[in-house]
Order: sequence, then C-alpha cells, then structure tokens
Amino acid sequence: MSIDSNLPLSLDDVSFDAGGERHIHGISYDFAAGPRTVILGPNGAGKSLLLRLCHGLLTPSTGIVQSTGRQAMLFQNPIMLRRSAAANIAYALAINGVPARERPARVQMALSRVGLEAFAQRAARALSVGQQQRLALTRAWALEPELLFLDEPTASLDPAATRAIEQAIDDVHNSGAKIIMTTHDLAQARRLADEVLFLHHGRLLEAGAADMFFSRPKSREAAAFLEGELLW
Amino acid sequence: MDELGEAFATALGLIVAFDADLVEIVGLSLQVSLSAMGLAAVVGLPLGALVALIRFPGRTAAAALLDALMGLPPVVIGLLVYLMLSRAGPFGVFGLLFTPTAMIIAQWLLITPIIAALTRQVIEDLWVEYAEQLRSLGSTRLRAVPTLLWDGRHSLVTVILAGFGRALAEVGAVMIVGGNIDHATRVMTTAIALETSKGNLVLALALGLVLLTLSLTISGSARMVSR
Amino acid sequence: MVRRSWVRRPWTRRPWTIRTILAFVVLLGSANVWGQERFITLASTTSTANSGLFDSILPRFTASSGIAVRVVAVGTGAALKLGERGDVDVVLVHDRDAEDRFVAAGFGTARRDVMYNDFLIVGPTADPAAIGDMTNAPEALRRIATARAPFVSRGDDSGTHKAELRLWDAPQSGDWYREAGAGMGATLNTARAMAAYTLADRGTWLSFANRGDLVALVEGDARLFNPYGVILVNPARHPHIKAADAVAFIDWLTGPQGQTAIGAFTLAGERLFTPSAE
Repeated sequence: MSIDSNLPLSLDDVSFDAGGERHIHGISYDFAAGPRTVILGPNGAGKSLLLRLCHGLLTPSTGIVQSTGRQAMLFQNPIMLRRSAAANIAYALAINGVPARERPARVQMALSRVGLEAFAQRAARALSVGQQQRLALTRAWALEPELLFLDEPTASLDPAATRAIEQAIDDVHNSGAKIIMTTHDLAQARRLADEVLFLHHGRLLEAGAADMFFSRPKSREAAAFLEGELLW
Repeated sequence: MDELGEAFATALGLIVAFDADLVEIVGLSLQVSLSAMGLAAVVGLPLGALVALIRFPGRTAAAALLDALMGLPPVVIGLLVYLMLSRAGPFGVFGLLFTPTAMIIAQWLLITPIIAALTRQVIEDLWVEYAEQLRSLGSTRLRAVPTLLWDGRHSLVTVILAGFGRALAEVGAVMIVGGNIDHATRVMTTAIALETSKGNLVLALALGLVLLTLSLTISGSARMVSR
Repeated sequence: MVRRSWVRRPWTRRPWTIRTILAFVVLLGSANVWGQERFITLASTTSTANSGLFDSILPRFTASSGIAVRVVAVGTGAALKLGERGDVDVVLVHDRDAEDRFVAAGFGTARRDVMYNDFLIVGPTADPAAIGDMTNAPEALRRIATARAPFVSRGDDSGTHKAELRLWDAPQSGDWYREAGAGMGATLNTARAMAAYTLADRGTWLSFANRGDLVALVEGDARLFNPYGVILVNPARHPHIKAADAVAFIDWLTGPQGQTAIGAFTLAGERLFTPSAE
C-alpha cells in the first residue's frame, strides 16, 4: 500500500510486539478525512493498542505510521490535573504554544461548547466523572486537532453522560476533525460510525462502510461478534 | 518521672514569661532550619523531579545515591563542613565557621538529599498516572517537571516538612560548625545538649518540650495552609 | 452539609505565595551575614564554660573595651586544634604540657598564667574503697584500683583527663575502669548512675545539679592543682586573626581588672578560681 501524504493517517504493515509476543499483526490502512471511524472488536483484540500506535504513544515494532496534522486523544478515564477546569484547558493550550493573551478567550469558548462554563473555577477533580470526561473532550478539542482519537470514551459513564459525550463527539466531527474511536458498545457503534474497522487477535479482519459491516459482515468472526457470541 | 512534671511547669513558665534567652534560641533555631529547608527545597524539588523524569545514563545509580544520602549522619556532615570552612580548609577565607551561615550550610547539605529522594518517588508515581495524557497533550518529560511538581504539591508539602523536621531536630552538625556560642550560634538542640551535660535535666527537658511544641505547631499550620 | 473540598482560598493556589515565603526565609538566613558586632573568638574547655566563669567576667571586658568574646567550649585537645588551624583568636585551657608543645610548634605565641582551680575525687557516699577525707590523691587512686571499685574516666584527651592519667601509677584497664569519652557534666552523670568514683574539676562539681549520692571525698592535694594558661594564636601563622583585639583581651585577663573579676567569681558562696597571673 502506498502512503498518501494527503490523508490524516496511514498505516503500512504495522506490527507491535511486547513481552515476547506479537499483539498487532501487520495492519495496513489509509484513514480518509471525512468519515467517523469506529474500531470494533472483542476484549483483547488490540483496539487500544492500535489507537496508541496511531497516536504515537507507542512505537511500532515493524511498519510505518504516517500522519499529518495535529492530534489529540481522549482516554477511557479522564485524567485531570489538580487545578481548576479552566486551568486544565489553559495548560493544554500553553503546552501547544498558544500565547497567554489568547488563552482566556479560547478557554471560555471550550467550556461553553460542552456546557461547563459554570464550572470554570471549580477544581477539575471535584467534577463528576461525566463532567470530567466532557472537560477532557473539550480540552482535546481546544487544541483544534485534525485527528481526535477516543479510547472507549463512555465506558465508565452512565447513559445520560454517555449521551452528552456522544453529542459532543458529533460537534467535534462537525467542526472538521477526523474521529477515530474504539468502543465495545455495539449500539453506540451503530449510532456513531460511518466506517468500521474490525479487529480480532491483533489482525484487521474487516474495514469498510458501517452499514455494510452491520448488515453483511464478510468474516465469520465479525458475524459472531455482532451476534454477541465472540467473547475474545 | 517527676522530672517530667517539673519540666512541664518550667517550660510553661519560660514560654509565658517570654524568657529572653529562650526567645533568642528559638528564633535562631527557626532562622537556621527554615533557611536550610527553603534552600533545600529550591534544589531538592527540581533535582528529585529531574531524576524521576529525565532518562539519562546512570539514572538508576543517581536515584539509589539520593536514597542512600538520606541516611547521612548529621555529625559526619558537621565534621565535613567544619573541615571545609575551617581557616585551614579550602573555604576558610570566607570566615564562615561559628556563624549561623555555616549552620545553614550544614543543615542544607543534610536535608537536600531527603527532599530530593522523596520528591523523586512522588513525581515517579505521578508520572505513571499522567504519562499518557501529558504526552498526548504534547508535553515532553522536561516540560512535565514543573507541572508534576505543582500537581503533587500536597505530598510535597509533607516532604518539605520532613526535611524541616530533620533539620530542626538535629544537633550533631550545628554543634560542630556553630560551636554553640552563647548569644551567637546557640540553638534549641545544642542548648538541650549543653544543659544535659551540665546536669540541669529539668531545664533540658523543658527546652525539649518547647522544641516539640514548636514542631507540632509548624506541622499543623503547614497542613492547614495546604488544605 | 456543604462540600468544601473544592473551595480553596485563592492565595494558597498561586505559586507566587510559596516562592515569596521561601525567598523571605532565605533572606532571614542570610541576614546574619551582615551587621556583625566587633568580637573575638575564644576556644576554651567545657568545664570552664560550664562553671559560669565566662558569663561572669566577659561582660566586664566587653563593657570596658567594646569587644565581645565568643566562647567555643570543647575539650582541651579540640580547643588547641582550633587554635592550630586558626579558627579562633585565643585559647584558654588547662594542660601545661600540651600548651607548651602548642607554643613550641609555633601555633601560639607566649603563654601566660591566668588562674588555677583544683580537682577533687568524688564518689558514692558508700565509698567502697574507703578513701574519704584522704589528702593523698595518688594513694586514694591506688586504693580504688586495688578494690576494683567502679571508676569513670573522662577518656576524652581533655585537661581533666590528662590530669587524671598523671595521678595513676600506670594506665588502668578492666571492667571497673570506664572511659566515658565525654565532657565533665556527662561523666558526672555517668558516675552517679553507676555509683562510681571520678575525678572532677571543682568548677563543674560546684555547679553540677544532678549529684544524687555523689560526694566530694579527696581534695586539697597539691597534685590536684589545675593551672590555666591563655595563649594568643600565632598571627604570623594566621594573619587573619584579630590580633590587636585578642591581645587587648589577654592583657585585660592577666591585668588587675581581669584578675579581680576572676577572684570575685563565686559559686554557691565559694570562690572557684584563684587568679595567678604575674
């Protein structure tokens, strides 16, 4: 597969070894800018690993990960610094070279985008998990990334908080960022995905349009997974 | 143990009367140990954080060295500082021997490793928690140093207090480099040692109780401020 | 109940507060480097300092000369070492042999007599070696050795220690002879705790508050005589010492004013030191 530098993200034969074992096997894929991509698979399939390889938190043992543009990532558990909600966002901006005079306005906008303006001076860690995840999302969003990774972003949240996050993800997508997320919640995948990558035992078994995947999966494992019968 | 009862009474009497000598030695104890604590924090906090975060050859040895230096006996440090500051020594020309400055230097040497080693552990533990998120946001390990130092401030207050407590309580180093000179370099611990050697046990114990009260008050206030 | 954990007083949140406090604290420490009074440094022995002599006579010198005297009280050996290294301006100790060697080696200029006090043998009231009221000190020590009665020695190379060694026929050892390696007060504490004999200087003995059942047993022997000498640290060897002020002190100490002050110093109604300057 050739590497097209216009794409936000491209994987060429990427593998990852750890502890003497190969956990990701030769995955190649070109991620296009538009569609919301959801990576599905049973536990231990390597979804989180793959996400971290794409984001650069891990180095592939073989192959090339190529990307252009700024990236950000949302983790399953929001990780907040011991400072106010506003200060957390300001910190992210500062790290990325945003000049001090621009930060207050951008922080304010970031908080309003997810309805957290009232909590600006509240200690971030004192917010509920749902609020913290929203804060983490808008913090990542404030960096104006071209690519936003989300690793099981609602796995720790209740249905109401989940809805709020999904709404926010939609907003981020509409503002022009490419979404790549993992989830084990099939219903959520059906709601959000434009494109699905199906992983099993570290291999990319299927990749394509979401409606095609859900209605007519090509592989035996995918079919079993959709039936809820592929546990690992 | 009726000495203890007498000592309480004596201590109370000295405090209430604002005994001039007592005020003087308490003041000097605080001046010396607080200064040493401040300087040790200035060096020890960044040093500990750097050893925790930055990968460099010999890093494991550096961490082990800091841990080991926590156990340096104060009297040995006192002797080494004396040899350096003595007129016959390399830094004698500054004439620092038998001054509070020499005492601050000795205590600073004593507690910097303590603060550095404990900071290293605090920051290491924080990095485990934060590494992915901070790297995702674009932070380098170096850039994370001030971030984690601030984030760990509650634990680090305890670390600094540990250093301060060690300094306030030690007698070996300040005795040698200070000389326990009346109205010049006498602090609480050297005064206690002196009164004990003179057989004035009740007075020594009373001074000890004052020192204890001082320690508790300072730790308590620091806790309240950091809340 | 209001959840207060997230409400923090703003000033404690800013890093500036901590930096300001630290800076203030550091300034406090360095303040002592400036604004020094005029002073000389005197190395003397713990027994002399603990007797209270310096508290009595030094303020008189300071009042008339404007020069403060800072006393570092350590053992005789350490005091002479401080003089040798030039860390003090004047030395005042009580070990004639060591003092003469000090001057001969060029560490100090001329030695002058200042005063003398004496030693006494103290011990438990029970007095197992039966030496009470003897006036022959070496003979008393022989009895202690024969009886193998517990005896605590300074064991610290001090003037008192060396005086004690001179009184024995030969160096002693055994379970009964304990070397404390400590100052006079600590040694007396040990002797009391062990119900042992020890050699003490009169000054420390008179001001020692923790006697328990220790009593004075042998005194008055001329061999218990304890002379003090004052020596100026050699300015040729250590140009930085405050020679002029130190000489002023030595002249005062050995002159009529200092000698009177020494003679006037009493403890529990008794004169402690006898002035002896020529």
